[in-house]
Amino acid sequence: MSRYFTDEHEWIDVEGDIATVGITDYAQEQLGDIVFVELPAPGATIEAGKEAAVVESVKAASDVFSPISGEVVDTNSDLEDDPALANASPEADGWFFRLRMSDPAQLQGLMDDAGYKAFLETLD
Amino acid sequence: MTKPDNSATTDAEMADLPDETLPLDAWHRSRRGRMVSFAGYAMPIQYEGIMAEHLWTRDHAGLFDVSHMGQLELSGEGVVAALEALVPGDIAALAPGRIRYSLLLNADGGILDDLMITNAGDHLFLVVNGATKWDDIAHLREELPDEITINHLDEHALLALQGPEAAAALAALVPDATGLFFMEAGQFTWNGVPLGISRSGYTGEDGFEISLPAERAEAFADALCALPQVRPIGLGARDSLRLEAGLPLYGHDLDEGVTPVEGDLAFAISKRRRAEGGFPGADRILAQLAGGAPRRRVGLAIGGRQPVREGAPLFLGGQDVGVVTSGGFAPSVGAPVAMGFVAAAHAAPGTALEAEVRGRRIAVRVAPLPFIPHRYHRRGG
Repeated sequence: MSRYFTDEHEWIDVEGDIATVGITDYAQEQLGDIVFVELPAPGATIEAGKEAAVVESVKAASDVFSPISGEVVDTNSDLEDDPALANASPEADGWFFRLRMSDPAQLQGLMDDAGYKAFLETLD
Repeated sequence: MTKPDNSATTDAEMADLPDETLPLDAWHRSRRGRMVSFAGYAMPIQYEGIMAEHLWTRDHAGLFDVSHMGQLELSGEGVVAALEALVPGDIAALAPGRIRYSLLLNADGGILDDLMITNAGDHLFLVVNGATKWDDIAHLREELPDEITINHLDEHALLALQGPEAAAALAALVPDATGLFFMEAGQFTWNGVPLGISRSGYTGEDGFEISLPAERAEAFADALCALPQVRPIGLGARDSLRLEAGLPLYGHDLDEGVTPVEGDLAFAISKRRRAEGGFPGADRILAQLAGGAPRRRVGLAIGGRQPVREGAPLFLGGQDVGVVTSGGFAPSVGAPVAMGFVAAAHAAPGTALEAEVRGRRIAVRVAPLPFIPHRYHRRGG
């Protein structure tokens, strides 16, 4: 399994043609206390670069863009009952949704773990 | 993910100017405050987190830096009558050491700002909003007679200590100050530092606001935060606390297009002034007091967990009946809450409405304010 990262602070785990998407630890730290996560509907078709989910902190609502295109095959219902899971375990139990990728070539150009760490170093 | 909009600037005109720093700037940064732009200043939105800071303030005592607010001294022959021409409060009846919440009004009865007015003996002491203070000063200069002097205390910091343990904390440093009751003020000293202290605030809790020379603010803030009851609290929790307390935020819930009656602030129109008039927009405001306003600021309880925020339109079926002006998750309520303006016909508590968020309807219900009961330390209370 490979994990990719975007400069919008999402992570993507890829297994076969299924991609699991969530927000990074850096993202949850920036957001602060997460109180609500709006997830896409299973079966929905999502386009790369388009809004796929919304995460609401006490302070504000932020869009989560899908880094890749595909059909939503699963969403993390645990987040509906316990949105703070996205703070507590952003890169594991707090995953957002799973896609069946329609164009895996879109993964090219995303960062790997080392690349994302280096990218974070460039942020203040 | 889009970068969360941490900017809290309410005044678009200020957006292009570099932020100014307040007296406690380095103090906030040393305590890991996350600094954002607000009212033209760099200010801490949070330290450890909005939720924890909010709950700490409701249970203990929070220290807020509100030095961006405008502190003005008005003095001169006839200052009381002169100010009464601009606000609807009974300032003449304000005894020395007493404070009144009031409103600067325009000629149409719209709210230019909300403010606190203290009878400080030989002068009136005003605290106005940070984002509006320059406009307020210009308005006062324009409208007040020449014999009235306006002294802007721009070398003073303003701290707010709020929460059920605020009095116990302040007693450790300034024992005499805890003799004040809600909406009373006095002059005190701490280690030779003059402190103007009022028992007031913006959280719904008991608490104090402390005006002091900027160069001594850091030492005083350190002394307060060394007490076990006190932690520094950022603007984020200040906003969620005041929202739960049902207190309007100027520039969001109030603006020049809102009258005191529409803003559910009729209590700020004193009895004598209702009888006599003589404040800006009196004809319109008195007519609204008698016959009702076309819309009213109300609380909104939200069904479900999804926050409903500023700007969300409100519907009754297909009919557009209002708009949300403040909203978010309320940590002490444990659910989202909001406030907004609703057409008078649909503003009764309990009325079921819908808010539209990202194209979807969310059930809301008109609710009485505040969401969390006020716990002020009232005289005789």
